[in-house]
Amino acid sequence: MQPSLTITYPSGESALLTLEGDWTLDQMRLEWSGFQLELAARASLHRVRLECAQLGQWDSRLLTLLQALFDFAEERGIELDLSGLPEGVVRLLKLSRAVPERTGNPHQEATGSLLHNIGEMTLAGWRELQQFNAFVGELLLSFGRLLSGRASFRRIDLLRFLQSAGPEALPIVTLIGLLVGAVLAFVGAVQLQMFGAEIYVANLVGLGSVREMGAMMTAIIMAGRTGSAYAAQLGTMQVNDEIDALKTFGISVIDFLVLPRTLALLLMLPLLTLWADVLGILGGLLVGVLVLDISLLEYLIQTRDSMGLWDLAVGLIKSVIFALVIAMSGCLRGLQSGRNSSAVGNATTSATVTAILLIVIWDAITTILFNQLGI
Amino acid sequence: MGRVATAATTDREAHIQVRGLTMAYGEVVIQRDLNFAIGRGDVFIIMGGSGCGKSTLLRHLIGLKPPAAGEVIYHGSSLWDHTDEERDSLMRRMGVLYQSGALWTSMTLAENVALPLQQYTRLPTGQIRELVSYKLALVGLRGFEDYYPAEISGGMQKRAGLARAMALDPELLFFDEPSAGLDPVSARRLDDLILELNQSLGTTVVVVTHELASIFAIGNNSVFLDPESKTMIAAGDPNTLLKTSTDPRVISFLTRGEAAQRTHREEGR
Repeated sequence: MQPSLTITYPSGESALLTLEGDWTLDQMRLEWSGFQLELAARASLHRVRLECAQLGQWDSRLLTLLQALFDFAEERGIELDLSGLPEGVVRLLKLSRAVPERTGNPHQEATGSLLHNIGEMTLAGWRELQQFNAFVGELLLSFGRLLSGRASFRRIDLLRFLQSAGPEALPIVTLIGLLVGAVLAFVGAVQLQMFGAEIYVANLVGLGSVREMGAMMTAIIMAGRTGSAYAAQLGTMQVNDEIDALKTFGISVIDFLVLPRTLALLLMLPLLTLWADVLGILGGLLVGVLVLDISLLEYLIQTRDSMGLWDLAVGLIKSVIFALVIAMSGCLRGLQSGRNSSAVGNATTSATVTAILLIVIWDAITTILFNQLGI
Repeated sequence: MGRVATAATTDREAHIQVRGLTMAYGEVVIQRDLNFAIGRGDVFIIMGGSGCGKSTLLRHLIGLKPPAAGEVIYHGSSLWDHTDEERDSLMRRMGVLYQSGALWTSMTLAENVALPLQQYTRLPTGQIRELVSYKLALVGLRGFEDYYPAEISGGMQKRAGLARAMALDPELLFFDEPSAGLDPVSARRLDDLILELNQSLGTTVVVVTHELASIFAIGNNSVFLDPESKTMIAAGDPNTLLKTSTDPRVISFLTRGEAAQRTHREEGR
């Protein structure tokens, strides 16, 4: 049966609300706001009585309406007569109103002016910078302890990180290295063919891989693969109080967690970069020999002549910087992570974004620097 | 109220003294002006309703969070006035059992318990292994050495956490909600273990809990934090508090609100 609510006025200052029918969630919805407007229009109202003789089934639908009525009555100082309600309804209502409403929303956004927001952002940026500086300092001290043999972490951890940041990353680095080399060759070939200078594809691919793409592509892969993993590992440890547990044993978090991860990347990223360099050249060679009809020997000799040892060193120096960037953003974001699962997700995302951003910026800086120095 | 707290511990040497401690997250004050002392050999209960800052107080006591004001005093000087090395060595002499156990999930139970021993003792591997087995056996986890934390139940993780907290035979043990998530029998066993450690080794124990059965069974000193007034409103032996306290909030807490309900019902009639 359809629910209905009728309001009658036995006298000028009292109202009688008659509830009829089934007040359940699967029935038609009656909007309370309309009735509230009607009641609010009568300024002289002091008493409201509820009558439920014809009330059928009821559930939370009825209670939410009564809750709204209660709030309304409380606000206006109207006396409510509940004697007509079923006993269960009255008990549930009393229970839901036993504890007073908490006022003040803790998550209310401070909607300040533009200046206010700029100020907040500046302060947040300043705090971020301070945290970053402190982290760099602690990591430096930790390296100092490592050199003097006082840094304590488990050797097995280091081996595990070496394994996951090295051999386990080989397949994807192989694939990307090959493809990037091949793509470089194709792009270069289209231009160089116009001058009949296809052979210089070897120079382009060789130098491009060794000085730039090898280090950068490997670093970007590792930022997505290993940097994010570090952030997720440390973030989860934060959620699980594991970091606090280390601290309360007086074990340095930097020595125990950050140092082995940084070391693993510092050792493995240059090696992976070398591997990517070789495969980049191989990718270019495949395109050169199979598509551009350059002879194998010619291509190899051209490649050899095009680059010196310094070009290789430039790529490796970059990869060392990238390794530090990836490990530090991963670990710092992980340690800064909040204590819930979505915070760990944010930490992971922000670790990857920070790392890739810094990789590209550092790549630009070093490239310009080496260029100016004529290396 | 401060007098009650000191009166309860004057005859014993204070292990930890808290003076004028105010705890805050940013600008939100959690508790202010806490003054109490934890005597050597006490089983000290930090109690109060949900969200009153019990766990936060624990984090202040173990030096994970610096106070907004006031100080936590160990051996005559504030925890944050000690040098880093002194604080590390203080921390080495305390064990903490976190609410979730907080075991290092990438290590087996044996490795978890062994790590503090490897860090701070020069014991040979064989002896460490013996010690680890003994600590695990003490909490009823004999034979679980090679399990990873994810492979055992929550209650077992908690007990393994206790084994790790006891690894260095600390003179001070902290428990954050030890019985949360445990069945009544396991909770009781844990209480017995806490009492045993306290009585046989003289370990000072600090427990954050709102489990009434535990409070009365093991506690001999306490502080009661109130979320409304944001400060401590009672201190001392919980059993004495139950009999002598006149504060309705304390009585209501210690009797599961039954005292208040009783009067309420009588009023109703």
